[in-house]
Amino acid sequence: MIAATAALGQRAETSPYLDDVVKKFVLAAVFWGVVGFFVGDYIAWELAFPHLNLDLEWTTFGRLRPVHTSAVIFAFGGNVLIGTSFYVVQRTCRATLFGGAGLGNIIFWGYNSFIVMAAASYVLGMSQGREYAEPEWWLDIYLTVVWVAYLIAFAGTIMKRKEAHIYVANWFYLAFILTIAMLHIGNNLAIPAVFFGGTWWKSYSLYSGAQDAMTQWWYGHNAVGFFLTAGFLAIMYYFVPKRAERPVYSYRLSIVHFWALIFLYIWAGPHHLHYTALPDWTQTLGMTFSVMLWMPSWGGMINGLMTLSGAWDKLRTDPVMRFLVTSVAFYGMSTFEGPMMAIKAVNSLSHYTDWTIGHVHSGALGWVAFVSFGALYYLVPKLWGRKEVYSLRLVGVHFWVATVGVLLYITAMWISGIMQGLMWRAYDNLGFLQYSFIETVEAMHPYYVLRATGGVLFLTGGLVMAYNVWRTIRGDVEAAGAVRQSVATAR
Amino acid sequence: MFKQHKYVETNVFVLAVGILLTVIIGGLVEIVPLFSMEATIEKVEGVRPYSPLELEGRNIYIREGCYLCHSQMIRPFKDEVERYGHYSLAAESKYDHPFQWGSKRTGPDLARIGGKYTNDWHVRHLINPRDVVPESVMPGYPHLKRPLKYDDIAADMMALRVTGVPYTDEDIKNAKADLEEQVRSDSSDAAIAKRYPKARMGAADGNPKTITELDALVAYLQVLGTMVDFTAVDPASIRR
Repeated sequence: MIAATAALGQRAETSPYLDDVVKKFVLAAVFWGVVGFFVGDYIAWELAFPHLNLDLEWTTFGRLRPVHTSAVIFAFGGNVLIGTSFYVVQRTCRATLFGGAGLGNIIFWGYNSFIVMAAASYVLGMSQGREYAEPEWWLDIYLTVVWVAYLIAFAGTIMKRKEAHIYVANWFYLAFILTIAMLHIGNNLAIPAVFFGGTWWKSYSLYSGAQDAMTQWWYGHNAVGFFLTAGFLAIMYYFVPKRAERPVYSYRLSIVHFWALIFLYIWAGPHHLHYTALPDWTQTLGMTFSVMLWMPSWGGMINGLMTLSGAWDKLRTDPVMRFLVTSVAFYGMSTFEGPMMAIKAVNSLSHYTDWTIGHVHSGALGWVAFVSFGALYYLVPKLWGRKEVYSLRLVGVHFWVATVGVLLYITAMWISGIMQGLMWRAYDNLGFLQYSFIETVEAMHPYYVLRATGGVLFLTGGLVMAYNVWRTIRGDVEAAGAVRQSVATAR
Repeated sequence: MFKQHKYVETNVFVLAVGILLTVIIGGLVEIVPLFSMEATIEKVEGVRPYSPLELEGRNIYIREGCYLCHSQMIRPFKDEVERYGHYSLAAESKYDHPFQWGSKRTGPDLARIGGKYTNDWHVRHLINPRDVVPESVMPGYPHLKRPLKYDDIAADMMALRVTGVPYTDEDIKNAKADLEEQVRSDSSDAAIAKRYPKARMGAADGNPKTITELDALVAYLQVLGTMVDFTAVDPASIRR
């Protein structure tokens, strides 16, 4: 076996593509995934048991929540996206990475140092006060520079391709890179106080009130639409066909749903502002486009799932495939739930409650994280020249632990969210509001515990993955009889 | 149609420009008119820029991430209006850079928290919420007892002026003095009280000698939602 892995390792070294930088992104993704899940779960326990805030300024929910969101979205998700995009673009273009290892390393270290600085800045109390765009102005500029370098490396590789056509996954990656650049710059325009002799870590948004709200949710919703959707659809379009060893189901469907998706998504932002002081016409536009968005979203889901035609048996035999397919199923579920929640009548109940949090996590855990796990389990053996991961059995364990975790999480949030929404609007027989606010908080306690327990399971899955990745890189292969042996010892 | 797509997918420039044109439309249609249409912001009396102390308090509110658990946006529903007060107007946050409407109510809405509780209640609540609300899940903020750093408050106001907040030269010149006076004076005749009507005077924590972060944050909380006098507003002018 050692000889075999050594032989495979040699083959990987002669690969014509630049994979060292991809390896770095993969390792960073695993690391940040565990960190992000841990912080998320910790603040989930804080909501159940407020003493965990420790009465220290650095560990309160308000300061750690951006650490969680940035760690999972930008650190875990971002490293998965950039890493896979470099892997995919080189292979689908039959070209080595533009800019070589030099540019690749600048992007890797630039991006990851941004993450570290951003997380540190939140903990120390520097924040723009904009959800998912908390980093202050100087970090925003730093990220812009890194992002432009990323665009150059990615688009440059496409330009020197030896394939006539640009593969569909690259359309999605390109849409993700370009649109995130537009959103990031548009939303973060601000006047720094330091220009007038103030501190360098404080700036004031160029917009205010209703216009600022619209700009922020134009950004915020499309961070979901382009970072967490378009980018990860690119992953689906490469890794699902690869792992299934089947071509993408429909070329035409991919064209239609790509353009429809990126056109419609941008309009959906106002559904975060239903019944607020944002003008009604904007809210109505946002709702309408959100409902329409259901169609291209399901176009993507169908294209992903139907790619398995003739290979459905792999669901039973290949736990990596199970991650990929389940992720697409969760994508379908979330992109049905989203348009439904964007309908004003439904939103009047769901808004401001945990239902929204549950919805986000069915997408973020079920779709984004699962498709990432699938891609990582596919990539690690390929990159390090192993035949397969150390243990497919552990991939299966990860899958079930994580799936139960996600289900606990989203059902707990459905119950607590809908319950709280109904309690807020409940009236008693005499026509008074039936519940005080704090009574609704008390009622949510059991569901907060349940949610945080789901989080523990999801984090455990992440740790199992980290162990499996580490053993795979070391070149270990789990003994074939291990399962039966451990059962025997248990008896 | 599908045959023509080969021009798009064989040229990365065409693809990139196509993507940019496609994704720019929605934002243009939804955002740009908000700046030019007069109907976006209702015309009501009373909304003024924050006093220097309130502004410092607001910056603490942002620093601590209060917006992650508290909204400042009352929707026009019977239950919300009965629970929190008059539904929020766009005009009430027209000087909010950035807006703090929030997206989640782990705690209650704060758009009209001003004047609902005493300064003393706020101070005790911020230091340890469970002292006054035993079931609360809010973190304690004992560190807000420390002195407020406000030496460069004028710079913050100058930056805000560039974004469109109508601070006058006089406001900026007097920024530090106004900030101190709001804590140390109880008189409604003070210059600060005239410059910033309805500003809550006095030291929230009962000690006017040291200006603390608590003083600033409570001054901000106490002015929230109080600027507009709704008894003097014609309902037809703010109808949605």
